[in-house]
Amino acid sequence: MTTPNTTPVNKPAPVTPVLTKRWLSPTSWSIKTYEQLEGYTALRKALAGTPEQLVELVKASGLRGRGGAGFPAGIKWSFMPPNEDKPHYLVINADEGEPGTCKDIPLMMADPHSLIEGCVIASYAMRSHHCFIYVRGEALHCIRRLNAAVREAHAAGYLGANILDSGFDLEITVHAGAGAYICGEETALLDSLEGRRGQPRLKPPFPAAAGLYAAPTTVNNVETIASVPFIVNGGSDWFRTMGTEKSPGPKIYSISGHVTNPGQFEAPLGTTLRELLELAGGMKDGVPLKFWTPGGSSTPMFTAEHLDVPLDFEGAAAAGSMLGTTAVMVFNETVSVPWAVMKWTQFYEHESCGKCTPCREGTYWLTGILERMVEGKGTESDIDTLLDICDNILGRSFCALGDGAVSPITSGIKYFRDEFLALCEQNRPALAGAHS
Amino acid sequence: MSSTGSTYGGSSVGAGRTHQSTVGDTDVLGVSPVEAEHLVTDVAEDLSVFDALTVERAQAIIARYPQARSALLPMLHLVQSVEGRVSQAGIQFCALQLDLTAAEVSAVATFYTMYKRKTCGEHLVSVCTNTLCAVLGGDEIYQQLGEHLGQDGKRLGHNETAGEPGAPGSITLEHAECLAACDLGPVIQVNYEFYDNQTPGSAVALVDSLRAGGKPAPTRGAPLRDFRTAELELAGFWPEDEAGYRSTVDGPSAAVETLRGARLAEERGWTAPSMPNPPLPEVEKK
Repeated sequence: MTTPNTTPVNKPAPVTPVLTKRWLSPTSWSIKTYEQLEGYTALRKALAGTPEQLVELVKASGLRGRGGAGFPAGIKWSFMPPNEDKPHYLVINADEGEPGTCKDIPLMMADPHSLIEGCVIASYAMRSHHCFIYVRGEALHCIRRLNAAVREAHAAGYLGANILDSGFDLEITVHAGAGAYICGEETALLDSLEGRRGQPRLKPPFPAAAGLYAAPTTVNNVETIASVPFIVNGGSDWFRTMGTEKSPGPKIYSISGHVTNPGQFEAPLGTTLRELLELAGGMKDGVPLKFWTPGGSSTPMFTAEHLDVPLDFEGAAAAGSMLGTTAVMVFNETVSVPWAVMKWTQFYEHESCGKCTPCREGTYWLTGILERMVEGKGTESDIDTLLDICDNILGRSFCALGDGAVSPITSGIKYFRDEFLALCEQNRPALAGAHS
Repeated sequence: MSSTGSTYGGSSVGAGRTHQSTVGDTDVLGVSPVEAEHLVTDVAEDLSVFDALTVERAQAIIARYPQARSALLPMLHLVQSVEGRVSQAGIQFCALQLDLTAAEVSAVATFYTMYKRKTCGEHLVSVCTNTLCAVLGGDEIYQQLGEHLGQDGKRLGHNETAGEPGAPGSITLEHAECLAACDLGPVIQVNYEFYDNQTPGSAVALVDSLRAGGKPAPTRGAPLRDFRTAELELAGFWPEDEAGYRSTVDGPSAAVETLRGARLAEERGWTAPSMPNPPLPEVEKK
């Protein structure tokens, strides 16, 4: 457990709607509603400043990437070269597909203009004149809403040539993916956007040096970029009134599974599961909590011991997991851990892109062993084999998919080894003389 | 084979064979799915199914990107909107438009789950069976739909179609990975529109309605059309009449779960700290 973060003098409310504050408005996705609720005011303010000022602002705000890794957004932006020898590109990662994660899709449906406004500001800050929003293909309604928002923004002069008489030009292309989880990995996404199989690239070079079409590129998550207009309007100190020192700001926590009231709750970073469960009306039908993920299936699972872990980047890591996407999946006592782990592993096997051997072969073997164990045909040594394979995938795969694939298994065995053992009970070799 | 010979660059690295045969060669073509699935053929397919409008659309997709090849994914959605699948002709069409080889297009088409190699039904029904939805009933829903849509005691499997593919009322069933609607699970998509909080009973009623020609309204999404129209939209082509277009864009999205936090904050008077609007930070000129 970590030491609790110092509580700010004026502790913010348990729910702090910033990104979600317009969602209750009728037709919140239309430009009319958006403009009535301060929409595109941040863009005017940003265009009156310089790109350097915006990068400095985002750095000072401490905004960290909301796609799972938590890399500081301002630092990432500052990696873009100052010259424009080659075109610069901003690419939005809207390929939401991590099991449990369901925050970007509701955001893009409810408030697409906040993403569009964020894209214009971020593009201006990084001297990009073409921005791509790579949306998961299955999220058709989001693609529709984003396209409508782009059209409206064009008509209103927020996109296109000479935006608001600033001399800055930007086009946004909304691009539909085609069903591959791996494309959420930023370099695989770039390959996919170039019309290829979505397979990750070796880094370095990082996208800021050679990204889309080998030109300087920044890839940012939807929620990260949608936060930018608020930071421009509110300032970095305001942003830091929420969250913790190293993980500032509000964050959309998606609570799903065995809770009374699942849904999207935007709360300051560092909120605990105990607090989130209170917001979600507690465990469904009072059946006790067994295990949960702090941020999707790739983040090692937690148990009821971890109810008070502050869910920020540091807190989740100190307790042995990762914050990930704050996709909080809650499972009660009725759920078998080996079964849940098997289901997740089947997912990783299906989504492994096949580029590197540890992940491609490893997820295949892990799935086979787990399926056999769940069928009741496993043996105790299978547990060691699983851990051994995990050891050969973790840190040895080409990208983070492999690392994510082993998380449910290693954490599941760590906390619930007895359940795996129980599956093997009937297959123990009989002791000599036991049946004589 | 001679026992010695020139090797790289004509130099002779030692003498004798540098490898030993162990087993007989595998008949690669024999075990490859390429032949069976007609992924690449030397036959020039009849492309007439892709009419002038489709060509025009393909060119419009290319125009969206700085480099033509980026148009490939949307273009594969476009050919699916025409044929209900990516056929060999569809692959050759994309290759022709983008100046790629059929093998290059085929490599991409076979990588992504959403490109179907068998013709889809009028509707594509995708059931999320990832862990969380499965626990909440997704596995049972998928099981029941398979049995319900099956024939002669044989359940309908993954990516199989009930009815004549493409004919009115035909349904392709698939189990899907996480559809990013976990707070609304178990979820089903029909032609990628969301049907949230399903039960086995509601799912069976849903497919029955689809088979009878119904277009039940999604919980979140546009009024239901068919799989091919959805694919046309994924390629970036929307209803041309303004009213039709607005009705799709304005299809519902505000689920109770989506708004739960915002609603709770409103009820309890919780807000984020007020925004002061300070000037942008000063930066030293370089």
